[in-house]
Amino acid sequence: MSPGESTRLRQGLGFILPWLVGFLFFSLYPLLASLWFSLCDYSVLASPVFIGTKNFTDMATDPVFWQALRNTLAFAFAAIPLGTSLAIGLAILLNQPVRGRGFFRTVFFLPSLVPVISLAILWQWILNGQMGLLNTLLHYPLEWVGHWLGTPCPPPDWLNDPHFALWGLVFTGLWGTGHAMVIYLAGLQEIPAELYEAAELDGTNAWQRFRHVTLPMLSPVIFFNVIMGVIGTLQTFAVPFILTNGGDGPGRSLLFVATYIYQNAFSYWNMGYACSLALFLFLLIALITLWVVRIGEKRVHYAGR
Amino acid sequence: MNSKISRTLVWIALLTVGTLFLLPFGWMVSTSLKPLAETMSVPPRWLPSSPQWHNYPDAMKAMGPFWIYARNTLLLATLNVVGTVLSSALVAYGFSRIDWRGRDRVFFVLLMTMMIPFPVVMVPLYALFRELGWIGTLAPLWVPAFCASAFHVFLLRQFFLTIPRELSEAARIDGCSEWRIFWQIILPLTRPALLTVALFQFMATWNDFLGPLIFLTRQADFTLSLGLQALQSQQGGTAWHHLMAASTLVVLPVLALFFLTQKSFLRGISTTGLK
Repeated sequence: MSPGESTRLRQGLGFILPWLVGFLFFSLYPLLASLWFSLCDYSVLASPVFIGTKNFTDMATDPVFWQALRNTLAFAFAAIPLGTSLAIGLAILLNQPVRGRGFFRTVFFLPSLVPVISLAILWQWILNGQMGLLNTLLHYPLEWVGHWLGTPCPPPDWLNDPHFALWGLVFTGLWGTGHAMVIYLAGLQEIPAELYEAAELDGTNAWQRFRHVTLPMLSPVIFFNVIMGVIGTLQTFAVPFILTNGGDGPGRSLLFVATYIYQNAFSYWNMGYACSLALFLFLLIALITLWVVRIGEKRVHYAGR
Repeated sequence: MNSKISRTLVWIALLTVGTLFLLPFGWMVSTSLKPLAETMSVPPRWLPSSPQWHNYPDAMKAMGPFWIYARNTLLLATLNVVGTVLSSALVAYGFSRIDWRGRDRVFFVLLMTMMIPFPVVMVPLYALFRELGWIGTLAPLWVPAFCASAFHVFLLRQFFLTIPRELSEAARIDGCSEWRIFWQIILPLTRPALLTVALFQFMATWNDFLGPLIFLTRQADFTLSLGLQALQSQQGGTAWHHLMAASTLVVLPVLALFFLTQKSFLRGISTTGLK
């Protein structure tokens, strides 16, 4: 190493020192410790006792864990496609030359700023079966549907009905879609207008232009957002936790893997089991992300690359 | 003619969805101003018969030490903003403006740490902070901020890379130390990016729920989030006028901050998704 090179190495390491310290104490150590605790019986109050893979074999036969996993996956598979479609749809509407675009952009964005505690308490109230806003809005449409079907069609008691609780959470999530929408809108504005003009000259209709110009050009942004969505959605904790007053919903219908980790760690002081659940969650997120990346490699279009 | 019709259709769609997106805010504020009895009428009333402004001071009283919660939240937000902006800028400088051997491999490790879900490190962190005697103090919620956040390092590095290398090289020839280049040249040039990071961090700290839930034990240390959750569980979640008033109070500062800084905020979000 030349003297200049070693000086630069010293300077570089000096500047990244805060992160190195944080990495060692707040990422690497906890990760390794989590691996060790997952093989232990550990309550934090006493030292960990090695029990081999018992936590993992327990997991395999724990029906509550499987339910949490099913709920988590069901929520991800409902919330990510719906959220992505809504965000793209709104971004496309906002990208049209109409009056008041700035105003509407702010309106769609605002809900994503609401802190989770206020968001969840507000939606607990909106989803209230008798007095909530959602069922008030649904009253006449459902009456009409019931009339048409010939049987009454009562509005669901969203958060107290195990069949509907997850949908209540999906609606709550859709309200906060504005954050992704802002990113999509910026992506749309990067698409060169010439592409649309050329497509129009070729006699394409609006759908064809969307399918063959907008979607391919937007695909890198969609890809990024879906990956962030996977990582975030699979860790869902705060909103369902608050929606259920710190519980897991009727028939555990709002129990997620992250909720179950929290319960094991801080309600049952079963920290070893919590760590093995957490490692499973990590693996699940990594695998699904990898799966999305594989799809992305085939489908994502990078202009100029 | 055709484009006029489609423009009208777009406008109607925007107006419909816009109304749906605003309604929950209206419902929150309307409920916060109703007397308790009117929150429970079936079918619900859209507006209170007469606005009950005293619901706001009442809700604050019901939450307990509201101003202590507000002070804790502001204190944490300030410490987190200062800590993360300073440390993330330093680290981003080390990853973008100095060429050192192995830099890009280490940067890849930093990017990978963003993938670690908080639940995975939650239990060992709790154990670590317990050893340090930090459980039941505010320390776990601000000390890590001084160790840079991977996401913000990534963001700032993107901005630092856009500044021409020649600028640093000229300064080095003039005998400027790296520290002075960082402090007197790079930081002033990237002020908008630093502001964006500060805003993101402020919102994140104000928003945080899981961290305070795990690490705080004494009511005197609670943040507004935890204080509001305590109100929800103590009243069995039925005093909707108070819950909505308190929720409004927690949302308002965030919305105010957004309206003051709208431009840099939205630009920051767009950047995160496109680069």
